[in-house]
This record gives sequence, structure tokens and C-alpha cells, in this order.
Amino acid sequence: MQQNQKQRKATLWELFSAWFKIGLFTFGGGYAMLPLIEREVIDKKGWTDKEEILSIYALAQSVPGVIAVNTSIILGNRLAGVKGAAVAAAGVIAPSLIIIMIIAANFDYIMNSVYVLQAFSGIRAAVVGLVAAAAVRIALGSLKDKPAYIIAIAAFVLSAFTDLHAIAIILGGALAGLAVYYFGARRGAED
Amino acid sequence: MLTALFHLFTGFFKIGMFTIGGGYAMLPLMQEEIARYGWMTAAEFIDIIAIAEMTPGAIAVNAATFAGFRTAGVIGALLATASLALPSLLILVPLSNFWEIHRDHPILTAVFRGIKPAVAGLIGAAAIYIGKTALLYDPLLSKGEGLPIDLRSLLIAASVFFAVRRFKADPIKAIIVSGIVGLVVFGF
Repeated sequence: MQQNQKQRKATLWELFSAWFKIGLFTFGGGYAMLPLIEREVIDKKGWTDKEEILSIYALAQSVPGVIAVNTSIILGNRLAGVKGAAVAAAGVIAPSLIIIMIIAANFDYIMNSVYVLQAFSGIRAAVVGLVAAAAVRIALGSLKDKPAYIIAIAAFVLSAFTDLHAIAIILGGALAGLAVYYFGARRGAED
Repeated sequence: MLTALFHLFTGFFKIGMFTIGGGYAMLPLMQEEIARYGWMTAAEFIDIIAIAEMTPGAIAVNAATFAGFRTAGVIGALLATASLALPSLLILVPLSNFWEIHRDHPILTAVFRGIKPAVAGLIGAAAIYIGKTALLYDPLLSKGEGLPIDLRSLLIAASVFFAVRRFKADPIKAIIVSGIVGLVVFGF
């Protein structure tokens, strides 16, 4: 199987176990999930690629709901229809259900354990490294021309230094894409 | 009991239906619904946010599980979490079917060519945001001496970054090793 050839079928068990793993090892939600998705869904399974995952992410963020769940639904639906979507979502949710119920039942004990806090300080730091590595890898893979660089830098600055909502930034990217790559290309063709 | 379950369903369906952007964007509405139905106290809600951040899984899913479990045990946890995810399923299955069929239309291709770099920028900003919360000392706790950055955290983050970029290390193993390293180095 070639690296860039997208797999179009998956068994329900494959979907469940891949998303269970992602749910189990994602700390912090949202973008912290990206390194795991890259590993499980892109490198190991070939269900999508580095570039397409950005479109899927944009879609997942632009509709209501939890981003991790939405991402699992889009990919699950593609590979095995509605059933696949439901199974993938169940997989990404299941670790939370199990872990949080255990914690809720032993709440005081766990919150007071210094070992738990120390281990989590280490994990939080690891997540920073993981997300930074994913950001670099994605930037290298997706920035192919000058307009793309400008859009990426503008999105970064707006997101890091203003309160602008991610959806507004995605919408801005969509309009810029339409202007540059659709109307811009048509004008270029007429000239 | 049935009323409590019904409220869990309607409450979390609403949260799943009306918050865009996931995670922290869901917390204000969740707080409102929790206050209305008395699922937990304000102090418990703050604790659950801390736990939801520390434990694996999406933050909003973790909070829903906790509230459901506190209200009606295992059934409550299952119901609250399923209700939270149900709107996504209803919206995204038809929407992504539409996208899969029409994605090669020139307008959609152009739109997504613009969206991809925007998302890359958002991910870069997220890395910085996550870095700020995980690597900086809490200004209330540190006494203003030396660097504002926790060197142990910085070292772990840098090692993981290097291991993944240079040696394609498995993120899952990186997380497990970092947890063990944290247990040792933050013990001093």
C-alpha cells in the first residue's frame, strides 16, 4: 500500500480501537489530539493524509460539538457510513467514560495524591513538545505557495494575539482561498 | 429518577447542539445548565475542569461524564455523554457526505486551499498557548527569582519535540515516558 493512497474501507473494530487509543492518550483535547491522529490514522492506517486532515479539522471545528468527536465522526462516516461514524465516536469517548467514572468514585483520594500531580506535570510538558512537532510537520507539508504562507502567518498572529474566534479565522481563510485560488485563477486565465 | 435522566439528555443535547469550537467554548453553557439543574456545586465544577484537563480525552466529554455520573451513576454518565455527541452525529454525517461528493468542485477546492494554511496557523498558535500554560511557573506561586520558565518542563517538552521530529518516536510512548520522568523530577 502506497503512503499517499487513501484506504477507503475499515472494519468497525478497527475504527473503534484506533479511536479508543486516540481518546486514551490525548491530554488536553482539541489540537493535542493531532500527534496521535497523525500516528494512528495517517501513518498506521492511511485513512487520510497530512494535508486532508487540515480540511477535516476545519470542518470539525466549524460545526457544533466536541472537536475530537467531530473528527472521528467525519472519518468514521467516510470509511463505514453512519455506523462507522457512531462507532468511531463511541471509541474516542469510551476512555473518558471509564476513567472519569473511576475518578468520580474516588474523587478525594485521587485529587490529594501528589504522585498523580507530578506525573501529570511531566505529561503536560510532553504535550507541548508533541503539538509543536505536529505544527512544524503540518506547516512544512501544507504551505506550498506564497498566499498560503501569508494566510498561515495571518491566522497564527490573529489567533495568538487577539480574541478572534477560530471559526472567524477559518472563515477568513476560506474567503482568502476563494479570492486567490478561484477568482484570482479565473482572472489570470482571462488575461 | 426519570426526570433527572430526561434533564441530563436535554441539557447535554443542548450543549452539544449550540457550542461551536469544542472544549473551553462549551464550558460557559455547561455551567449554566449545571446551575439550572443542580448537577453539581460550583466548587465541584472547578474541580472537574481541573480533572478534565489532566486526564485523557476531550474536556467537554470528561465534564459531561462526571456530571452524569454524579447525578445518576453509570447510566447517567452514559446518557450525558451520548447526548453531548448526538448533535454532532446528526449534523456531520449529512454534511460530510456532501463534502465527500462535491469536494472536487473548483469553488470548494479553492475554499479549502485557503482554509488549510489558516488551520496550520491556528495549530501553531495552539502550541504556543499550550506551552504558556504548561511551561511557565504560576506567577502566584513563584517568588519572582530566576527564570519564569520551569526548566524541567522545558527540557521534557524539548526532548519530546526532538524525539518525534528526528526519530519519529511514538507519541503514546513519549507520553508514558514523560509521565514517569515527571514522577521523578517533580518529586524534588
